[in-house]
Amino acid sequence: MIRLEDVTFSYASSKPALSHVTLEISDGEFVAIIGENGAGKTTLVKHLNGLLKPESGRVLVCGVDSRETTVATLARKVGLVFQNPDHQLFAETVEKELAFALVNFGMPKEKVSEKVEWALEEFELKQYRSRSPFLLSGGERKRLALASVLCYDPEIVILDEPTTGQDSRQKHRLASLLKRLNEQGKTVLIVTHDIEFVSDYIPRVVVMSGGKLVADGPTGECLTRLELLERASLISPQLAEISWDLGLKSPSIDLDFVVAGINEMIRGLHG
Amino acid sequence: MPIIEVQSLYYSYPGSKEPSLIDINFKANEGEFVVISGPSGCGKTTFCRALNGIIPVSYGGEFKGSVVVDGLETTKHQVYEIAQKVALVFQNPENQLFCTSVEREVAFGPENLALSREEIRCRVDEALEMVGISHLREKSPDELSGGEQQKVAIAALLTMRPKVLVLDEPTANLDPLSARSFLKLLARLNEEMGVTVLLVEHRLEMVSHLADRCVIFDGGKIVLDGPPREVLYSDTASRLGIGVPKAVLVAKRLKLQEITKAKPLTSWELADLVRGIKP
Repeated sequence: MIRLEDVTFSYASSKPALSHVTLEISDGEFVAIIGENGAGKTTLVKHLNGLLKPESGRVLVCGVDSRETTVATLARKVGLVFQNPDHQLFAETVEKELAFALVNFGMPKEKVSEKVEWALEEFELKQYRSRSPFLLSGGERKRLALASVLCYDPEIVILDEPTTGQDSRQKHRLASLLKRLNEQGKTVLIVTHDIEFVSDYIPRVVVMSGGKLVADGPTGECLTRLELLERASLISPQLAEISWDLGLKSPSIDLDFVVAGINEMIRGLHG
Repeated sequence: MPIIEVQSLYYSYPGSKEPSLIDINFKANEGEFVVISGPSGCGKTTFCRALNGIIPVSYGGEFKGSVVVDGLETTKHQVYEIAQKVALVFQNPENQLFCTSVEREVAFGPENLALSREEIRCRVDEALEMVGISHLREKSPDELSGGEQQKVAIAALLTMRPKVLVLDEPTANLDPLSARSFLKLLARLNEEMGVTVLLVEHRLEMVSHLADRCVIFDGGKIVLDGPPREVLYSDTASRLGIGVPKAVLVAKRLKLQEITKAKPLTSWELADLVRGIKP
């Protein structure tokens, strides 16, 4: 369980990056945090593994107050995958990169190689096993950074902008992987600008704007509220836009639902 | 005469077992706006690097076939000569910017061409104006947002008066609003300056209606090349799992001849067609 109670935080003396944020995420949820640049999304997730501590209010992760523990302790529970893989990758080869955290956590050798093999397979990185991470493409480096965190099996997985530079097939793969992790009981949190990814795959959405939490609810409901999207400077999901442009009775982000709505509308035009 | 002509291009990176580009034949006419897409690792970036000659010149490897840009064959001329014809914008603007102010950054190219002071000033002013960042002139590139940095990168290239702009996923690190505004800027540069644009982009829903042509790479080959409507409605496109706009998916599902024939790419095109359906 993740709980933020009235959390406020500012970087320098400027206006708060997070302002009175209260949020609860239960174990095994799958949540997207969205919002424009500077909305406070990354600041929020940095509170979840203790990289940042609240100025006022409390952050509880698995029942532990983030102020009463260390980043090293939280990191085992909360795996954070950064937006820019280059801020994370450093080993000589892909294989060593994947093994690094596992060896550090004192995992036995056989278990390490089993996990590494799993990750190479799962993230389509097998052919690059002995290559330097810096010789991979942008999308591949991104997958490696994610793989290196998922390898050590954190209970809570947080991904900052996991879809940048990924093509739609990889996005689909990523979504199914996250869904599987989620079904295994892991809490999955993603911070993203990718409104299409959110509307296609993620059930709950938290909308941030100017350091405040401005909406929290089922994705289909939040992302079809035009006034909310505009207030948060978000771009609309394509299916919502189609719904509005056509003046459908119930705007939706679900393909089947929109198709049915249009068919009904056409029948109405002819009735 | 096409501004870019690629013939039977084959390329393999040094030490690589598999070639990255296989038998690429491609032409672009002056003033065209071509969007390039395809699964990652399909050869798009390699193709971009071959267009201004840094492949094979800086990378080595095995290179066969030819790339001719505005009459210059890339392997027979220096990169600096080709660079005056073809400007390359990368995914990450931080890799491209290095000066302490936007103005210096943008002036760097023409200064190196040893142009006169007045000419440099004139080109810098024009480029900043064109891209809409005159107000950022005194700023340091590292205090700018990703979207602004990408605009600085493009302004710096425009001062070289290139005939071709090649952009390799320039919006990958931008938020959607900045991405949309950046793509509109490209369409405007293409239209107003007549500069040929070759854009690698995954977000086809934002750009396919702005482009003249859509080229899809897969496994180092060009598998589709044609008007965006034809390409995005093709079976190959859906099989490859490229980011086909939702309007296309909806239109296909409606199974109405009036709509599938017109091949709408955007929500508004789709809406107009639906409203126009006759009983």
